[in-house]
Amino acid sequence: MFQIIKMIVQRLGLGLLTLFVVSLIIFLGVELLPGDLAEAILGQSATPETVAAFRRELKLDLPMHERYIEWLLGILQGDLGKSLANGREISELVGVRFSNTIFLAIVAAVISVPIAVILGVLAALYRNSLYDRMVNVFTLTSISFPEFFVAYILILFFAVEWNIFPSLSNVNPNMGFFEHVYRVALPALTLTLVVIAHMMRMTRAAIINLLASPYIEMANLKGISRSRIIVHHALPNALAPIINVIVLNLAYLIVGVVVVEVVFVYPGLGQLLVDSVSKRDIPVVQASCMIFAATYILLNLTADVLSIVTNPRLLHPK
Amino acid sequence: MVEFWKLLKSAPFTAKLGLLIIVINIFVGVLAPVISPYGETEIVGAEYEPPSEQFWLGTDNLGRDMFTRMNYGARNTIGIAFITTALAFFIGSVMGLMASTLGGWVDQLLSRIVDVILSIPTLIFALLLLTIVGTTIPGVIGVIAILYSAPVFRLARAVSMNVVVLDFVEVARLRGEGLWWIIIREVLPNSMPPLVAEFGLRFCFVFLLISALSFLGLGIQPPTADWGSMVRDNATLITYGEFTPLLPAAAIAVLTVGVNFVVDWFLYKTSGLRDDH
Amino acid sequence: MITNNGNGSEKGDVLLEMRGLRIEGQSDEQWHEIVHGVDVTLRRGEVLGLIGESGAGKSTIGIAAMGYARPGCRISGGTIKFDGMELTTADEGVKRKLRGSRIAYVAQSAAASFNPAHRLIDQYSETPIQHGIMSKSQAESEAKELFGRLKLPDPDTIGYRYPHQVSGGQLQRAMTAMAMSCKPDLIIFDEPTTALDVTTQIEVLAAMKKVVHEFNTAAIYITHDLAVVAQMSDRIMVLRYGDVVEEGSARQMISEPQQEYTRDLLEVRSYRKPEAEDTSGDRPLLEVSDVTAGYGNKVMILKDVGVTIHRQRTVSVVGESGSGKSTLARVITGLLPPVKGSTIYDGEEWPRSFKERSRDQLRRLQMIYQMPDVALNPKQKIREIIGRPLSFYLGITGSAREQRLKELLEMIELPHSFADRLPSELSGGQKQRICIARALAAEPELIICDEVTSALDQLVAEEILKLLQRLQDTLHVSYLFITHDLATVRAISDEVVVMLQGRVVEQGRTREIFKPPHHEYTDLLLSSVPEMDPDWLDNLLAERQARIARGEKLAQTADN
Repeated sequence: MFQIIKMIVQRLGLGLLTLFVVSLIIFLGVELLPGDLAEAILGQSATPETVAAFRRELKLDLPMHERYIEWLLGILQGDLGKSLANGREISELVGVRFSNTIFLAIVAAVISVPIAVILGVLAALYRNSLYDRMVNVFTLTSISFPEFFVAYILILFFAVEWNIFPSLSNVNPNMGFFEHVYRVALPALTLTLVVIAHMMRMTRAAIINLLASPYIEMANLKGISRSRIIVHHALPNALAPIINVIVLNLAYLIVGVVVVEVVFVYPGLGQLLVDSVSKRDIPVVQASCMIFAATYILLNLTADVLSIVTNPRLLHPK
Repeated sequence: MVEFWKLLKSAPFTAKLGLLIIVINIFVGVLAPVISPYGETEIVGAEYEPPSEQFWLGTDNLGRDMFTRMNYGARNTIGIAFITTALAFFIGSVMGLMASTLGGWVDQLLSRIVDVILSIPTLIFALLLLTIVGTTIPGVIGVIAILYSAPVFRLARAVSMNVVVLDFVEVARLRGEGLWWIIIREVLPNSMPPLVAEFGLRFCFVFLLISALSFLGLGIQPPTADWGSMVRDNATLITYGEFTPLLPAAAIAVLTVGVNFVVDWFLYKTSGLRDDH
Repeated sequence: MITNNGNGSEKGDVLLEMRGLRIEGQSDEQWHEIVHGVDVTLRRGEVLGLIGESGAGKSTIGIAAMGYARPGCRISGGTIKFDGMELTTADEGVKRKLRGSRIAYVAQSAAASFNPAHRLIDQYSETPIQHGIMSKSQAESEAKELFGRLKLPDPDTIGYRYPHQVSGGQLQRAMTAMAMSCKPDLIIFDEPTTALDVTTQIEVLAAMKKVVHEFNTAAIYITHDLAVVAQMSDRIMVLRYGDVVEEGSARQMISEPQQEYTRDLLEVRSYRKPEAEDTSGDRPLLEVSDVTAGYGNKVMILKDVGVTIHRQRTVSVVGESGSGKSTLARVITGLLPPVKGSTIYDGEEWPRSFKERSRDQLRRLQMIYQMPDVALNPKQKIREIIGRPLSFYLGITGSAREQRLKELLEMIELPHSFADRLPSELSGGQKQRICIARALAAEPELIICDEVTSALDQLVAEEILKLLQRLQDTLHVSYLFITHDLATVRAISDEVVVMLQGRVVEQGRTREIFKPPHHEYTDLLLSSVPEMDPDWLDNLLAERQARIARGEKLAQTADN
C-alpha cells in the first residue's frame, strides 16, 4: 500500500509542478511580446494617456516577478483581475460561463462514454468482421471531420430542415435543467460524434492488444467459456487502459468545446476565450487559458492515478 | 515504379480513394490560377448569388466567386498546413533523435520541455500564443509548428529509442563512430515507417487545427482565400437551408478522410499485421 | 509400436491418435503448409517427447492435440482422435469441455501465461470449478496438497500470492500444478524449462516427472533439447521442417539412432577443443583486476572481479542469469565504466570509458553479440556492414576493400555474392558469420563473444563454434566467451571463470574445473546440466537426496 500512496503523492506533486510551470508560461508569454505591450495592444493611434492608463491597469510599471506573484496569489484566492475590454471582474465573467462549459461537456460525456466503450469492445471482439470494418471506416471518417462541419450539418438537418432542436444554444441561469439540456442538444451531439470515434478506436486497440496476451490463450486452453474469458480474464486488465481512454477523451472534450461553442453561440468559457483573443484582452485570455489548462492537467492526473490504483502489480507488491 | 503500381493494385478501395483525393487536391492547388475563372480576391458579382452558369458555386458574402475561392483555398490552406507540418517534423524528429541517441541531460531537458507543452491543450496554447505574436501567416505557421513538434518529438524519441538499444547501434558506438553517422546511417533509416505514417496523421491534425483557427477568425486572415474562414464568412446562409458554406467544410473533411485512409493502409502494411481476412 | 519403455511399466490403450495431420500457417497473406502429414499415437500414461529445431513444427503439432491452432494457423487436413472423439470436426463447445479437464497445457513462459490480476490459487481452482468437477473449497485444499508435492515453499500460503510475487521456477511448477488440477488424461508441456537457468530447470523437471508418474498421466513433452527430453519421455519423435525424421523409445533413440539427423543432434555437444600448452608465464593480452561496477550508485553488480586472457587463448566466463557475466563484458568494452578496478591491455592501462579510448584501441577489441538479428543493421547491405570497419580503421577503400571483403567472406565460408544481400535475406547462422567477419575486418587481437550461440539451433551453433576455433588457429586471436551453457564452455575454452552473484567463485584451466573437487556452486552448476542418459535425472536426484541424508550442505539455487 505504501508504494501506491508514494506513487500517487509523486504524481500529485508532479501535477502541481506542471500547473506552476504552465502558469509561468501563460503569464510570462505575454512578456515576450516584442516592443511595448501597451502600444502593441492598443495600436499606434493610442494617446499617451490611454497608454499610461493601460500600463497602470496591467501594473506594467512593477517588476515582472512581483506582478507574477501578485497574479498567482490572486488566482489562488479566486481573484482573476479585471477585463481590459469592459473593466468587469474576470471571476464574475468566467464563473457562469465555466459552469456552462462543464455542463455541455458532461452531457456529451454521458452520451458518448458508454456508447463508445461498448461499441469499441464489440469491434475488438468481432475483429475483422463486417461490423468491425464498418466501424473502422466510420471512425476514420468521423475523426477527419472538422467540428464545425459536423455542427453545421446537424444544424442544417435538425434545426433548419426538421426544426427539432434550436440552432442557437442561448441559455441563461434561470432556465430549468431540461430546458438547458434541450438547448445544448446539438452542441452536445456534435461533441459526442467527434469524441466517440476517437474513444472507440482507442478502446478497440487496447482490447485487441490485451486479447493477444499469453494468459488469454492459457484461459482458452483451460476450456474457459468465451464470456468468462472476457469478463474474468480480460476485463480486470482492460480497466486501466479503458479508464485511460475515457479520461483522455474527456480532456479532449474540454478543448473541443471551444469551436462548438462559437458555432452555437453558447455562452461558455471557450467562446469568451475566442472573443478575448480577438480583442487582445490579455487578462481574460490568461485567466481562461489557466482554467482550461488546469482542468486538462487535472483530468490527465486522474487518469494517471486511476491507472496506478487499478494495476495489480502495484496493488499487490512483492 | 512497376512495384509501386503493383502495390497500389493490391491496396484496398479506401486507400485508392484516399490517394485519388490527395492527387486531385494537389492538382487543384497547384493549378489554381489556371483553372479558376476569376481572381482570388476579385469581387465579380452581387453578394450570395446562387450557383449559375457564370458562378458555378455562387458567390460569397462580398460577391467573390466561390469556385475560384475554393481553388485558391486548396492552394493556401493545404500549402500552409504542409509547410507547418514539415517544419514541425523537422524540429521534432531532429530533437527526438538527438534525445534518444545522446541520452542523459539532453534527453531529460528536451523531454521535460515537451511534457509541459503537451500538458496544455494544443488549441488553447495556440490561442494564447497567437494573442502574443498576432495572427499573421508566419505567426500561425511558427506557433503551430512549435506546438506540434512536441508530439513528433515524443514519437521520434520513442521509435528511435527502440532502435538505439539494438546491438548494431552499440557496434557503431564501440567502433568509434560520430554522433551524426550514428543518427543518419544507423538510427534514422530504421525509424522511418512510423515517422512517415505520423507525418500523414500530423498533417491531418495541423490541417484541422489551422482550419479551426481560421474558422474562429484567428488563423489565416482575409482577404486570403482559405477554407476555414470561408465557412465562417458564409455561415449565416446555413440558417436559410443553403449548403454553399458547407462546401469548404466538406473539402476539409474529404481531404482529411483521404489522408487518413492512406495512412491507415500504410500503417497496416508496415506494422506486419496480416490477420485481415 | 513399442509400448514398453526401459523401466518396464505397462502402458494402456490408445488415448490420442493423430493421422496425416496437416497444418498451415499464414505469411504474406498466403497459406503455407508447415506440418506435412504427421502421425502421432499416444497411449494412456505414456510420455512422448517431440524434439526438433526451430521451424520443425513441434509446438504446432503439440497444441493441435487439443484441437487448437494459434491465430494465423489452421488445421488443414488429417484426423485427431482423442479417446474416440474426433476433434477436427468437433464443435467449439465439445473441445472447450475437454480442454483443461481432460487435456491440459503447460506454456513456456509461466510469467506471461498467468493472469496478473488473479491469485495463483484462484487460477488453479478456476478449471475444476468451471468444468463443474469440484467445489471451491475442495479445489483449494487439493491445490495446497499438490503445491506441497511439487515442493513449492509454503504450499498452504503460496497460492494466495499473485503471479508477479513468485519466482520463475516456482511459477512454472505452479503452472504444472494448475494443469494437474482436473487430473487430466493428457498434458501438453510446451518448452516448459527453456526460459529457466539449468539449476532451476532440475527442480521443475523433477516436479513434472513426479506428477506425471504419480497420476499416470499421458504427456507430450515439446523441447529442442534432446538431453532434457530423454529424462522425461518413454518415446521420442524427432521432427524437422514439419516432417517426422524418426521415432522410437527414448533409450533406443539415444543409444542407436537410425537417421543421420538424429545422430547429428546427439553428437552436437561432443566437440572438444584440443588442449593448448600452458602460457601463463607470458605477458597477458588482457588483464582485468579488482573490478567493481554497477548501474547507478547503489547496487554493485560486479564485486572485485578479475580475469586474465593470454594471446591465442579462449577464456569462458560462465554463470546463470544475474551472475554479472554480461556486465563484465560491458566493463571490458568500456560501455560501463567501473567504479573501481583497471583494464590493462597488452601492458598498457586503457581508459575506463570507450569514449576516451583511441580509435586503434577500439579496433584491437571487437565484440560479437547474442542475437545476430539485431546486431546487423537491417537497412545496410553486407558489403557496407563488413566494409565499414575496413575503411574506418584501416583506411582501405575502392578495389582493395572489395578484395579484402571477398577474403573475409571466404574466411567465414560464404560466397562473394553475399556482399549484395541485406541481412533479412540470410539465415540465423549466416548472420552470425557476418558478425564474425565484421569483427575480423578490424583485425583485432581479442574478440568478446557474448552468448554467440544461444540464439541459434544446436547444429548451427556447433558449426559456429568450429568456425571460431578454425579462425583462432589461423589468425591467432583470443576469445572471451560469455555464456550460460556449459557444453559451449567445455567445447571451446582453455580456461574457465565461474561467476555467481557478481563474484568469481572459481577459475582455472578447463580440464581442472571440470574435474572434482569443485567449489560447491560449480558442483551444483556442473551436475545440473542434463546428459544424454535417460537415467541421469533419477540418479542425480537420488544422489542429492543421499547427500542431504548424510548431512552434507548443498548449494542453493538462486531461484528457489
